[in-house]
Formats: sequence, C-alpha cells, structure tokens
Amino acid sequence: MITQWFKSGSPWIWLNAAAVSTCLILVVGLLALITFRGALHFWPSDVAEFIYMEDGRKQSIIGEVVDTSSTTALMARASGHAMADDADLLVQYLIKIGNRDLTGMDFRWILDRNIQSRQYPDDILVLERREWGNFYGYPVALKQEGQVIAEGPQVFSVVSERLRDALSVYKQIQRLERKEIGAVNYGLERLRLKKRRLELNEQWDEPAKQSLAAERDEYERQYRDYQTELQALYKAINRDSLVMKASDGREIDMPLAKVVRIYRPNMMSVWAKTGHYLDKIAEFLLDDPREANTEGGIFPAIFGTVMMVIIMSVIVTPLGVIAAIYMREYAKQGFTTRLIRIAVNNLAGVPSIVYGVFGLGFFVYILGGNIDRLFFPEAAPAPVFGTPGLLWASITLALLTLPVVIVSTEEGLSRIPKSIREGSLALGATKAETLWRTVLPMASPAMMTGLILAVARAAGEVAPLMLVGVVKLAPSLPLDGNFPFLHLDRKFMHLGFHIYDVGFQSPNVEAARPLVYATSLLLVVVIVGLNLSAVAIRNHLREKYRALEG
Amino acid sequence: MTEPNSGASASLNAMTGFYPRWRLIKDSVARYGVIVGGLSIIAAIMLIFFYLLYVVWPLFIEPSAESVAHYPVPERALGDTAMLAVEEQNEVGVRFTENGRIIFFAAPTGKTLLIHSIVLPESARISSFADGGPEKGVAVYGLSDGRAIVLKHKYNVSYPENQRVITPVVDYPLGRDPLVLDESGQALEKIAIRVDDDQTSLVAKTSDKRVILTSFEKRRSLFDDDEDFERTDSILDVPALDIAFILMDKDQRNLYLADSEGRLSFFDIVDKSKPVIRQHLNVIEAGRKLTSMVFLNGSISLLIGDSGGLVSQWSVVRDARNNPAMQKIRSFKVSEQAIAGINAEQRRKGFIAVDTAGVAGIYHTTAERQLIETQVSNGMPKMVSMSPRANAFIVESESGFMDFWSVENDHPEVSVKSLWQKVWYESYPKPDYIWQSSSASNDFEPKYSLTPLVFGTLKAAFYAMLIAVPLALMGAVYTAYFMAPRMRTLVKPGIEIMEALPTVILGFLAGLWLAPFVEEHLAGIFTLLLTMPPAVLVFAYLWQLLPESVRHKIPDGWDAALLIPIILLSGWFAFLISVPLESVLFGGSLRHWLDVEWGIGYDQRNALVVGLAMGFAIIPTIFSIAEDAIFSVPKHLTVGSLALGATPWQTMTRVVLLTASPGIFSAIMIGLGRAVGETMIVLMATGNTPVMDLSIFQGMRTLSANIAVEMPESEVDSTHYRVLFLAALVLFLFTFVVNTLAELIRQRLREKYSSL
Repeated sequence: MITQWFKSGSPWIWLNAAAVSTCLILVVGLLALITFRGALHFWPSDVAEFIYMEDGRKQSIIGEVVDTSSTTALMARASGHAMADDADLLVQYLIKIGNRDLTGMDFRWILDRNIQSRQYPDDILVLERREWGNFYGYPVALKQEGQVIAEGPQVFSVVSERLRDALSVYKQIQRLERKEIGAVNYGLERLRLKKRRLELNEQWDEPAKQSLAAERDEYERQYRDYQTELQALYKAINRDSLVMKASDGREIDMPLAKVVRIYRPNMMSVWAKTGHYLDKIAEFLLDDPREANTEGGIFPAIFGTVMMVIIMSVIVTPLGVIAAIYMREYAKQGFTTRLIRIAVNNLAGVPSIVYGVFGLGFFVYILGGNIDRLFFPEAAPAPVFGTPGLLWASITLALLTLPVVIVSTEEGLSRIPKSIREGSLALGATKAETLWRTVLPMASPAMMTGLILAVARAAGEVAPLMLVGVVKLAPSLPLDGNFPFLHLDRKFMHLGFHIYDVGFQSPNVEAARPLVYATSLLLVVVIVGLNLSAVAIRNHLREKYRALEG
Repeated sequence: MTEPNSGASASLNAMTGFYPRWRLIKDSVARYGVIVGGLSIIAAIMLIFFYLLYVVWPLFIEPSAESVAHYPVPERALGDTAMLAVEEQNEVGVRFTENGRIIFFAAPTGKTLLIHSIVLPESARISSFADGGPEKGVAVYGLSDGRAIVLKHKYNVSYPENQRVITPVVDYPLGRDPLVLDESGQALEKIAIRVDDDQTSLVAKTSDKRVILTSFEKRRSLFDDDEDFERTDSILDVPALDIAFILMDKDQRNLYLADSEGRLSFFDIVDKSKPVIRQHLNVIEAGRKLTSMVFLNGSISLLIGDSGGLVSQWSVVRDARNNPAMQKIRSFKVSEQAIAGINAEQRRKGFIAVDTAGVAGIYHTTAERQLIETQVSNGMPKMVSMSPRANAFIVESESGFMDFWSVENDHPEVSVKSLWQKVWYESYPKPDYIWQSSSASNDFEPKYSLTPLVFGTLKAAFYAMLIAVPLALMGAVYTAYFMAPRMRTLVKPGIEIMEALPTVILGFLAGLWLAPFVEEHLAGIFTLLLTMPPAVLVFAYLWQLLPESVRHKIPDGWDAALLIPIILLSGWFAFLISVPLESVLFGGSLRHWLDVEWGIGYDQRNALVVGLAMGFAIIPTIFSIAEDAIFSVPKHLTVGSLALGATPWQTMTRVVLLTASPGIFSAIMIGLGRAVGETMIVLMATGNTPVMDLSIFQGMRTLSANIAVEMPESEVDSTHYRVLFLAALVLFLFTFVVNTLAELIRQRLREKYSSL
C-alpha cells in the first residue's frame, strides 16, 4: 500500500507543497515579527518596583520588564549560576532600569528566584530626557529658581504645565540656533568663499573689501542680537527643576530643560496609553534623533531618503523610458536588442556594492573632483562636490534602478496593441508623434509601475550609499531656507543606513534595538506598500489591454 | 513592428509638401535621441567595467626605472664613501666619508651644497662607521680610542616666495663630545647604533675582539623636568667570530652579529645588562661569502647577500614551543655575481640589490616579485641607496661616478602570489592566506590575500544556496504545476514581495534576532530538519486514507494551505523535544558537546545564520524565474504525457523539468550571482573576520562586505584602494559571466518555446 503510494509520486508532490508552505510561513512570520516588535515599542509599559535580594543584600529596583529568559538548570550551571539540586529552570528578567547617569547602565538581568516582591506603585514617574535615557523614580518636589513650589503628590499636576512651557521655550531655542544662527553662519561662510574667490581672480581691491566688510558687520550684528535673545531663552528654560528620588534612595535635581516627556505609566488608562502611543509615533516620524540616534525620531532619515529618491526619479525615469522605447519601438529585434537585454540584465545583476565602488571612484572622485577644480577653486582644499553627497548618491542609485524602469516600461509597451500604432500612422502622424500622443500616454501606468519599483528598491538599498553619501548624523537637511535651498553637495541620512548604523554601530545596542525595529517596520511598510501598488497597477493594466485586444 | 514604420516614413518622404519640414525634423531628432538613449545602456555597463579596470590597471603595470644623471662623485678627493642617502624630495643627496666628512650635494646634478667635517679629539682617528637607520637619520663614527661620535643629518624645508628650499643640517643628538664606549680605550673596529625617544643603544667590536653593548635609557624624574640618562654597559659573550656585520633592530631588542663566512649569532638584548644568545647558525651556502647584510623595513627581517648573487630574507619565527629561531623566509637570485650592496626601501617591504657587474634589481619581499632589473653602472658598484619614497635611487661605483635613477614603482606589493597564494609574512610561523590591509605604521606589512575573502564569499553563497535552492525549486515546481490557479495568484506575488524586502532589514534581523536565537536553539534547528519532512509525509499518507467525502472538501491544488498548520505544529514539536533530546544526547548543550567532542568552535554570527538569512533573500529570485520557466512549458507536452498514462509526478520529472531545465539552471545562476554580491546581510550577520574555515559554525568575511568596511577608509590611489577595486572587479566579472550565461540560456529557451 505504502509502496504503491510512493510509486504514484504523490509524497513528492506533498513535499513540494511543503516547500511552498514553508516559504509562505517564512514571509508571513518575518513580517509579523517586524510588525509586532516595531509597533509594540511605543506602547507605554507598566513600571514595576522589585524588592530584590542579591548577595544577602536587599535592594529596590524600578524598571520595565523587557525580556524573559528561561534556561535549563544544566545550562545555567554551565554558565556559572549556582542552582539548587531540585531546580529545573532558571528564570531571568531583563529590566530596563534607566537612570544611566546614576548607575552607568540602562539594563540589567535579575533572577526570578531572588525577587521578593513586585509592585506597580501609582506614583512612579517616567522621565524621558534629552541625555542619559529614561529616568524612573518618585517625584519629591518641583522647584522654581530653587524655591520649592510643589511637593509629593501635587508635583505631577503642576509639572505637566511647567514642562509644556519649557518645551515651547526649547522649540524657540532650537529654531533660533538652527535657523537664524545657522543662516548667519552660512552667510559668513559664503563671505569667506567670496573673498577667497576674489583673491584668486585678483579682484580683491578696495571696493570689494569695503562691501564685504559691511556685509560681515551686518551678520555679526545679527549674531549678537540672536545671542542676547538666546541668553534670555536659556534663562527662561532653566527656571524650573524637578527633584526626583531614584530606586536606591538618591535624590537628584533635574532641570526641566533636559526633559522631553513626563508620565505615570501605572496610572494611565487604555485611552491615555493610546494617546501616548500616538504621540510617540508622531515624535518618531517628525522629530530629530536624540542620544546618538537611539531615542527620539527619525525625521532627517525619512527626509533624506525622500529627497534622494526624488532626485533619483528625475534622473532614472527619462533614461529608462527612452531605453525601453528604443528597444521596443526603434531597434530591429536582433543582435542589438539582444545585446541591450544582456546589458540590462547585467545592470540588474551587478552587486549593489559594485555600484557604490563605481560611484565613489567615478562620480565622487573624478566628476566631483573636476567640478571642484573648475567651479569651486575658492573652497580648496575642502571639497564641495568631490566628496560623497546627495547628488552622487542619487545618480548612483539611478544607475542601479535603471533596469527596473526599463523592464517595466518595456513590458507596458509590449502590451499596447499594434493596431493603435498603425491607426495613428495611417492617419498621417509621424513616428515621434505617434509615440508621444498615443503610445506613451497608454504606457504611462507601466512607467509609473517601473518608477514605483525603482523607488522601493532605492529606499531599501544601503550598501552603495555607505560609500557615496550617507552619514549616521547629518548636521543639516539637504533642503533649507539658505540660498540655493537645495544643497546637492550635502551628506544626508537614510532609513536603511539608519537601521544598520543604530543596530550595529551604536554604543548602546540594547537601548537602540526597539527603535531599529520601529524603523524597520516603517521601511517595510513603505516598501511593501509601494510594491503592492505597483503590482496592482500592473494587473489593472493587463486587464485593460486584454479588453482592448479582444 | 519596424515593417509598417519604414513604410510610413517612406510615404512621409513622398509627401514632404504636405508636411511642414519641422515635423520631419522633430521625428528624426526623436529617432536619434532614442537610439542614443537606448545604446547608452550598453555604454553604462561598459563604463562600469572599464572604469573599474582603469583603476585596477596600475597594479599590473610593469615598474620602470630610468637614468636621470651621471656625474663624478662629489668631492671625491675628500674621502671614500661610507654611507650614501637621499632625502625625501630627491633633491639633496648626502655622502658620509670614511674620514669624517659629510658632503651634501644636489642629487640630480652632483653639485656640492655643503661640506661638514667632524672635529676629532687629539690623537684619535676614525676606525669605524655605522648608519643608525633612516627613521632617525642617525649615524655614528667609532674612534681608535674607544670613543664614538653620534651625529644626525636632517633637512629643513622652507618656502621663501612659494619656492621650496631644502637646507641640509648636521646635528649632534648626544652632544658634540665623543662618548666613551670602551673604557680600556681600544679602537672600535665595528659599530652599530639605534636611537629612539627613550633609549639609545650602541654595540661595538673592539680591536681586542670584545663586543660591547652600551645603552642609555632616558629617566624622567618625577619631581622636576630634568632628564637624565641611565647608562648600562655589558659585554656580549660572542663565539670566536671575526665579526664583519653588526645589526641591531630598531626596538633595540634583537642583535645580529655575522662574519663574512655567514656565521650568524642572534642575541636577545631586551635586558641590556644581560644579553642572551639565542641562536648560532649559518646563513649562507658553504663556499660562499657573506657580502652584504641589512634590515628590511621594520627591522624584523634581515636581507643577506652572498657572493653567489643570492639575497635571502631571514626572520625570527616562533616555533611550536614558542621559542624564537631564525628562519629563511625566501630568497631572490639577483645574478651569478657577488652582491655588492643592498638597500631597503623605507616605507615598504622592498629593497634594491646591486651586484659587482653593475646590475641592480628592485624586489618586493611579500609579493616575491622582481620588479626591475637593469644595468645601472658600468663600473663595479660600491654603494646603493634608495630614496625615502622609493621613487629614486643613487649608485656609486668604484670608477668614481654616481648614477641617479628615477623609479616608477607604485604598487610592488601586488603579485599573483601575494593575492592568491600562501605567503610567509613576517612574524608568522608559516606561510598562510591572510587579509589584513592596514595599520598606522610604515613598518606594517600589508597582507592582501584575496583568497580568504573569495573563500568567505563562496562559503556564504554555498550555505545560502543550500537552503534556498531546494526550497525555491520545490516551491516553484508545486506552484507552477500543481497549485490551484486562484491560490497561485496569491502565492506568487506573496513570495515575490520577499524579494523587495531590503536586505538591511534581513541582515539586522539575522544579526540581532536570528543569531542569538540560533545560538540558544541550535538543537531545535536541527531537530526541525528531522521532524518536518516526516510530519508532512505522515500527514499526506493519512490524508489519502481519509474518505473521499472529507478530502473533496478541499479543492485540488490547495494542499499547500493544508500543510501550513502541519508545518507550524511540527516546528513547535521540534523545539519542544529538542530540549530533552539535547540533554539526553549531548549532555544539555549541543554547542558545548560539539566543542568538547569534535573541537568545533561556535561563533554566534556564523555561516548557518548567514545561510538562513541570505537563503531567505534569494529564494524569491530563484523561485520567480524557475516558476516562470516551468509554467511556460507548452501545455500540449504535459497533456500528451498524461494522455499516454504517465502520472502527474512522472510527467513533472520526465517531461516538464527536462524541458524547463535550462530555465531552472538560469534561475540558479541568477540566485548565485545575487548571493555572491550580497553585502548587507553578510556584513551584519557575520563577524567579518577573514578566516578560512569550512565549519558552518564559523563566520567569514566576503569580498562585498570587505569593500563596504574598508573602502571609506582607504586612501585614494593607494595599493589598498586599487586592491579593493580589484575585489569589486572580481565581483563584477563573476556576476557578469553568471548573468550573461543565464540571459543567453533564457533567450534560447524563449525561442525554443515559441517554435514548439
């Protein structure tokens, strides 16, 4: 019976089916893992206080339980834990204890068997800070210019309002420092370059000197004004401070200037938590990173990715479409088209890191170096375009995604029925007119598909960007209010590289990990979304032309 | 398509009268624009290839040397040359004479610039001279009364009126007064010196055949800024040799003494008060004479020239019991004539050697390469000196002439041997494949073996293919041939979405989630392989035993959906039983057991993790192309086979797979190309150590990850930079061959199907 069953071959078919199922499980499992880990990060978890015995000493530990691990007694003994003879499992918890400025570490493992009690006191406060990570503890007092204005339980009700004030002042400081003073510095740097250029051209004469000096004085006057304004703001922001008690009983005085958010997780209702969650997501999407990218938002990375993708699209679309038109509409099907097809396949198959190497050598050093020599001699020896930057990254990725656009457009062109072209030609249009007026509009969804796929590819590509322009922390965005507004020579941040950098190069990987999951989730959502929409457009197109041909 | 068009343009031409000219002009502009655009794709791929080649090319250019000037020895009458040197910019040369004159001259013309004479004490004369190494520019004269004068040549560079001016200066770092080395006042017949910031050591052989070692160590007092020197004197216990060469390494730790018969004694002088003899050996063939002995840059290896024209590199190597011993690393045959002089490059592991017939050879030791061989002088050469940047050298011959040569030799480190074969590097116990590209110091011997990187690349690709090929091909077979069409429309894009997932995310998950998971559940992973296929088969067998009424509830071709819970269950079961299994079979920890029983080390980020992650990344590539190939096998073939009584599985294996095999082959090729070039996953999921170990539990470093790691730090146009480009070119060529092959096969297949 069994041998007969094997002879029929159906076990093999079942095994093949199992391969498909495994692939599906892998895809779905991976997406679920990222979604789960990424989306969960922003949910405020309760903060527990443990009474913990260690080496015969009782201590209190306040923190969030992040991870649980259970190991068999055997392995636990092997890794050096003393185990009782009858114990089967060693249960450990990873606690995020925060307070890095006091303890030197954010996380610690504790043993389940040493925990004497676990409580969730209502009045534990969590402070998100600009430095040193979270703080967990009890509020003691709120001070204004050193005078206590609220104590104990009243602190929380007063502090939220005070914090709002501090945050709005912080925003003003940020704007002043980044935007206004940034513009002054930018202007001064341009003056320096202008002077150098005039010197190089031997036009550095008296009138030029005077006009430059006047401009410089104007900038310096502005700078002094801003400085006075800043000082006032700094005074305002440093007015209030919060006295907190940490788990070990130490009290510290924390200026509200350094605090981003204060909340009482154990008192929050589901609604309050939802509000907090949405607020955190907004921060994640719209704010700048803090603490070496491990906290705060990823806005510059999103912005940099979008900028790069836009510039890349501007370059890759015309090139890809023209190449596809040539292959479909102009070239004789034969040796040349075969050659081009081989070239396209090779462009698609060349490892992306090779594009990075090519981009670095050819675009950055050769093209960029020569542009600097010709147009920016005043900046030397500092490179302008002769260093990795946004423009070169975009061009490199345009080259990398070219085959995607070509293949997709070509497929679209091949689906347009011959009768449409012939009709147009028969009515007396030239070939260019036929293409421009009838064929290309009909193929535009296909081009769109190609472009979407190219964008999806570029958004996720990291290896070449590491060589041609991405940095872990860019001081300024590539687009700002200073002329010429779009700074193609600047380095930029990128979502994919952000994942690599924060996940692997960060000094505090454990603290950074949730943010990496969140960033991954965002990237996956964007890329899968783009791909699904491309698939949808393509299917729609197929249906449409099937109807036309019928 | 082109048929009606050409007809149309012909008719257009006939009707020019009706058409405004500009429409035709626009048409042809568009035509040529598009043609140029289309051909630019070929140009792009060619540009990448030729640019990479252009950067790599200088590695393979033959070095060259040309004679720049020939002039009489400057101030020959003042004395015979004891040492010859050229400064950094190749502008000033210097000649130390045996009688204490230092003559600076313009290296390209031979014009005398400065003559300095050392002041000798009364009644003493110069009895020996030694060069203290190019790093410090120090030299020493030994005197007949047991004293020595230490001096230094240096060059001040200034730019009056934007013009570089180099002024040579002679300096006495230890003071102008002669130092007393031998208290008994015997003449110093041979001498050696090394000076560095904290310590200065001198070794001398006196006329009564003692070898004395004197060392000054700088002592900085804790309380004031005064510096004082602590002097240590000792006498070396030398076998009865007539010492002709004394060499001390630049760290003042090893001392080498040799006689002209090639008998060499190697001393450990770390403790200056107690020099220890380590070894006594013969370094040249019997019957020959030792004619020249110098240090290679870094003063780890000795270059020993003999009267038979052979230069050998000797180095201290630690043996199995960690005892240092001199070993001959390699040798270079310069000619049949005796070696007249050797001079080492100052920043690389190269050297120049001249023989008595006036033939010079420039060599690189690591690359085991003769770079240049040329006749440099007509007379018998007396002395040769390489400039600091190794782009020029100067030779003095007995006939009283000097020859100044310029050298074009930018990348001597690279040879087929140094890139691909085992090389015996300095301080290594045996020849090995090593990639270790950079270090801060000039003494470092760069190790550019691409072999471990290629090995790592292939290893990562192999494990990825091992996981991806079976899953992807079996999946493709099922999806294309057995699956219900409706399910197929869901499954195919579902798996293809995987291809779009950024590899940086896969790499991140592999490195930070999968690697610790696998480490913890190693036994579970292997149990999974054992439980899953049987579970599927048992389920399938039981399924077909079910009554038809139940079976028909699930339509044909949806079996894969049925299996999902089975696979999940069997996976869960595997992890469940893996813990007790592990404690019964492997004493609780498979990793520990592997290490103890088999000596297999476990690296957290290893080939298994990379294989899983990268396998996941290339499954969709292989799946998609193979599925297309199988799906487009013409229906009449399969229908015919089924009609002749073959089972669906027989039709699959005997008809469909055979017909689609070129397509499947091309799918595997493209998958391989992707695995080889993948960067982010291997960068994040391996430890990036360039080890050559086949073990699935060890990491690796791949070509692509290596580029990503090192490219940003490499100096433009350096050898390192070009070698990284070479790695990129290797990747490019590999994927080019693979992709072109795959595309050609696919094109042929397409033609075949269309004719069927």
